[in-house]
Amino acid sequence: MVDVPLGPTGAVAPADVEDVELYHPHSWVTKYVFSQDAKIIAIQYSFVALSVGLIALVLSWLMRLQLGFPGVFSFIDANAYYQFITMHGMMMVVYVLTALFLGGFGNYLIPLMVGARDMVFPYINMLSFWIYLLAVLVLVASFFAPGGPTGAGWTLYPPQAILSGTPGGQDWGIVLMLASLMIFIIGFTMGGLNYVVTVLQARARGMTLMRMPLTVWGIFTASFMALLAFPALFVGAVMMLFDRIFGTSFFMPAIVEMGQPLDRNGGSPLLFQHLFWFFGHPEVYIVALPAFGIVSDLISTHARRNIFGYRMMVWALLAIGALSFVVWAHHMYVSGMNPYFGFFFATTTLIIAVPTAIKVYNWILTLWRGNIHLTVPMLFALAFIVTFVNGGLTGLFLGNVVVDVPLSDTMFVVAHFHMVMGVAPILVIFGAIYHWYPKVTGRMLNDTLGKLHFWVTFLGAYAIFFPMHYLGLMGIPRRYHDIADMSFVPPSAHTLNAFITIVALIVGATQLVFVFNLFWSLRHGRPSGGNPWQATTLEWQTPETPPPHGNWGKDLPVVYRWAYDYSVPGADQDFLPQNQPGITRTVPGSSHG
Amino acid sequence: MGSILLFLSVLAVIGAWWLSRQGLASKPWLEQGTASALVEANATPPSKIGLGIFLAVVGSLFALFISAYAMRMQLPDWRMVPMPRILWLNTAMLVLSSLALHGAKNAAGRGAMPELRLGLLAAGISALAFLSGQLLAWRQLTGEGYLLAANPANAFFYVLTGMHGLHLLGGLVALGRTTEKAWRETTAEPLRLSVELCATYWHFMLLVWLVFLSVLTGWAGEFVDICRQLLT
Repeated sequence: MVDVPLGPTGAVAPADVEDVELYHPHSWVTKYVFSQDAKIIAIQYSFVALSVGLIALVLSWLMRLQLGFPGVFSFIDANAYYQFITMHGMMMVVYVLTALFLGGFGNYLIPLMVGARDMVFPYINMLSFWIYLLAVLVLVASFFAPGGPTGAGWTLYPPQAILSGTPGGQDWGIVLMLASLMIFIIGFTMGGLNYVVTVLQARARGMTLMRMPLTVWGIFTASFMALLAFPALFVGAVMMLFDRIFGTSFFMPAIVEMGQPLDRNGGSPLLFQHLFWFFGHPEVYIVALPAFGIVSDLISTHARRNIFGYRMMVWALLAIGALSFVVWAHHMYVSGMNPYFGFFFATTTLIIAVPTAIKVYNWILTLWRGNIHLTVPMLFALAFIVTFVNGGLTGLFLGNVVVDVPLSDTMFVVAHFHMVMGVAPILVIFGAIYHWYPKVTGRMLNDTLGKLHFWVTFLGAYAIFFPMHYLGLMGIPRRYHDIADMSFVPPSAHTLNAFITIVALIVGATQLVFVFNLFWSLRHGRPSGGNPWQATTLEWQTPETPPPHGNWGKDLPVVYRWAYDYSVPGADQDFLPQNQPGITRTVPGSSHG
Repeated sequence: MGSILLFLSVLAVIGAWWLSRQGLASKPWLEQGTASALVEANATPPSKIGLGIFLAVVGSLFALFISAYAMRMQLPDWRMVPMPRILWLNTAMLVLSSLALHGAKNAAGRGAMPELRLGLLAAGISALAFLSGQLLAWRQLTGEGYLLAANPANAFFYVLTGMHGLHLLGGLVALGRTTEKAWRETTAEPLRLSVELCATYWHFMLLVWLVFLSVLTGWAGEFVDICRQLLT
């Protein structure tokens, strides 16, 4: 322990810069519907994304019903099953997780956490949401189009994605899917520019990059990655749309369909896979990095302890972001590639485990000797760590070519990616909603309902996905509509499948408790005050809760310290808000970090 | 995927350079919370940074198209498209457009309104001439039987030129609004930033077009081959 000598302790005048020019709403419509206020946009994004999430949840129920009780529900035929898979996957990954983390939490938290009045380009920010909504409507419209939605699998691999044997392949399904993705990407680019430039240009006085909360770091890095990775999906979508509508052969090889040679030749399905995964792998981290950031803040706040190794946490985020662009082909081990490439991509994949492991150790060391409050957000954050480690470990298996090849087409992979990028980020989203709901509404979510929601979701997710690993190791294939007649499948696998389905139904239904809680607490929740968790970051220091248009009242906040001054020895209270001027304090020696 | 990785490497170098100046090695937990540690407001307008990042996004989009082109090109059914000669005229038009905007930017700096208006107008007209020329090139190619679906090289030609044209069209909207403002305003001051942003975007679009041209004519491929031979 060393004593840090301190200079003058008086407050510093707010920055002598002009206030950001704010758009002021004039009517109810411009205030709540076509709003340019990032906080309203955040709520709009979150509401739409959660609604899409509920649709995707129901789709997963339908798939599970078929897998658990094959043949019982006659309306789930093979075509419908593939349509459910495809829409469930694409909705969850792109329209729920990406939109919620960046559009929802990004919009709400970035301006508040860096001490800005709003995003730097509010009009473009508003457009971003409406374009996102259009993308969602186009996607959902495919349920009502002739032939139904596409059943190409969420990866949309050609050539089957646009052949007549695939649901929606020669109908509207695939066209609407590709169009919706392109619209989404255009909308996201508008939002992403806002998130990045706001962090770069609109930080409050004193908010150096290294004083930013890790939540902002995570969303910032992920936005940058998304801006650079989504174009790959855009390029793939444009070219596949040309193949589908104009009969070009970007991806379509010479092919015989139903005995008839098609008028295509020479195209390369592998080319699409490269483009898709060049987007698809960074996408995993586009979802994971904001989750990492948020979890760091939740753990630090609810354990009343400064985050361990803040610098290393920032560096690890940046390292993961950069590395994630050179691992894409590990999704293509079974597509056929030069063995040296396989070796290269296996190596880069395993290297990513290093910065990721650093983050996990730092979370655990933050908890060590912390004053852990088992609040609902904290429960979700702890559950995330466990789940992410579980999912990450199977990722190490699958990152190796020799292990991946036999397991690639089994339920093991389904279990792996649901643990690591399904359950884990969703747990963070729940935790984050329980954590920031008081700031958004001024009321606490109901604690009892929250704990019920947590325990059923957490234990249920394990009851669903743990046995699925075992099914995969037995060789139960994924993507199959019906495995009933396969001779190597023991009866126990069917029992297990039925069990998983029943748990999935229960866990899904429990989400209604959460939805109920969201609406019920709006009116009946306990009033929270401005800073119910006694947190240090700026969003909890607004003069009013919920923060009004412009966030800060007359003067912008001035930042005097980093985001993690919890339990500082010698301080009056166990947290020092970032905008509190210096006090004499004792800090740990410079040995850590 | 060579070109996109090259492009991202360049971005990574720029990012690393920028990050290296942000005090990433500082120890915020030891900072004392006094005025000395406060950063002053950054003078660069957000729209400039925004455009820079947008160009990075557009750049990665085009680099990905080139990557796809390079991969698809290696398959045996590829037949190069003969370049319509009007493309050279179009290129000259785009260069002219870029130069005119550069002139307009300088005029805005000096406060010379007549020159500024002239520059904006000339840039707009030559950019429109470029786009019309591109349409003529399309017509010429389809007239000669190089149809979209006939060969992947044709398809790439239409997609690449179309994508570039769409981006330029988007730029023309911004340029049109700036030009309209130039006729309303009496001083150059309120226009300076918009003109500068337009000029940056135009130079970038010119650069993209020159790269596309070298790819479509096959020069880029030959250049890469020569480099490869030199290395091995």
